[in-house]
Amino acid sequence: MTFFQRLCRALALPMALVMLVTVLPLNSVQAGLVTTEQILAESQSDADRERVLEFLARQDVRQQIVALGVDPDEAARRVQGLSDAEIAKIVDQMDEEPAGQGIVVALVATILIIFLVLIITDLLGVTNVFPFIDPLGTK
Amino acid sequence: MLARVAPRILCLAFGLVLTACAATQTQQILEQPGDLPQRAEIEEVPFFPQEDYYCGPAALAMVLAWSGQAVTTADLVPQVYTPGREGTLRSDILSAARRNGRLAVEVTRLDDLLRELEAGHPVLVFQNLGLAWLPQWHFAVAVGYDLPGKALVLRSGLERRRRTPLATFERTWARGDRWALVVLPPDKLPATAREQEVLLAAAGLERAKRLAAAETAYTTALERWPRSFPAFMGLGNVHYAQSNPQGAERAFRRALELRPKSAAAWNNLAYALKQAGQKTEALAAAERAVELAGEDRERYRDSLREIKAGDG
Repeated sequence: MTFFQRLCRALALPMALVMLVTVLPLNSVQAGLVTTEQILAESQSDADRERVLEFLARQDVRQQIVALGVDPDEAARRVQGLSDAEIAKIVDQMDEEPAGQGIVVALVATILIIFLVLIITDLLGVTNVFPFIDPLGTK
Repeated sequence: MLARVAPRILCLAFGLVLTACAATQTQQILEQPGDLPQRAEIEEVPFFPQEDYYCGPAALAMVLAWSGQAVTTADLVPQVYTPGREGTLRSDILSAARRNGRLAVEVTRLDDLLRELEAGHPVLVFQNLGLAWLPQWHFAVAVGYDLPGKALVLRSGLERRRRTPLATFERTWARGDRWALVVLPPDKLPATAREQEVLLAAAGLERAKRLAAAETAYTTALERWPRSFPAFMGLGNVHYAQSNPQGAERAFRRALELRPKSAAAWNNLAYALKQAGQKTEALAAAERAVELAGEDRERYRDSLREIKAGDG
């Protein structure tokens, strides 16, 4: 047996131990009950999405969307393509001024801007939110 | 001459500044009160006059005492008062209400605030009585309103029954971020709060280790929202923490009836079964959680490992 082989053998066990130790803590911290707060955080994002959809279904809002040249039903379908973080951003704005009138215009604009960004990033192939956008032109 | 006129000019200048921030919700409520009665007042809310800078502890003591918790301002000072800031933080009020076993839910709209008063629930309010750049923070308790008189009735500072114009109140409240709190015994629900907010408040009781209160809150929430998945999960988690595996199993199974494919519910059921000593069933439930898991599969694998390890 060469010196190198012997060195390898001698090092194998300590190395294996080191790797085990570095990997173990990562694996063992998560076990346990899922807390109520974690479950509520999940259902919060569902509720937020529901709120945005309800907002889009309002008569005055639908009129705004039509005025902007978008089909309101298509707008509602697009909301399903937004991430939880984007939905949360919209809901934050809804909470800021719940009673004001100018807010409808501002909110519709926000929602449409997020669509616009996603459509552009979809076209660039960075995101893949809308099935009707096909950057490769294969359809 | 100038000395006499100057205050008037100043007044006018302030007047102009103040009209800039309109009390929009007040206007709306006065124009369209809907089914809101003209007046409401909860006479039986006790009054604790504020001493020194203790408006926070005094306001909390009033709502806690109303809810059936025998406390005084002095009892609460160590729980909520921050001497370095000569005041009380809102988060400390919230957590102290929970530590006292009470369901504390935030109210952020003026019409909701009036609706709570109408339902007989006093509302702890946070105000900035000064200006945005010269703040004077204050806690008080709203106990009633009078729509024809356009007034809100408060227990505030040294006044047992302070009538504040509703529009003025809305401005001072808006400068304090529209923060208000209903503090209720856990077997009562706020009149206006939605399911999510009530359950977050119940989870707050769970976190504060007020398990009996949390159990009552989840049970009460289930009376109003009998198909609430998170409420069953919360109830199960409380029973597990109370070392009541049978209760926990029952709650988690109800949750699974509502969402049979919830990995979280199978996972928690596994722990309840393990606590009850049913090792085989626990293992099967933990395996089911791993099968159904999405991106968070790793955590359920960890649970499975832990439950297996407990076998020996």
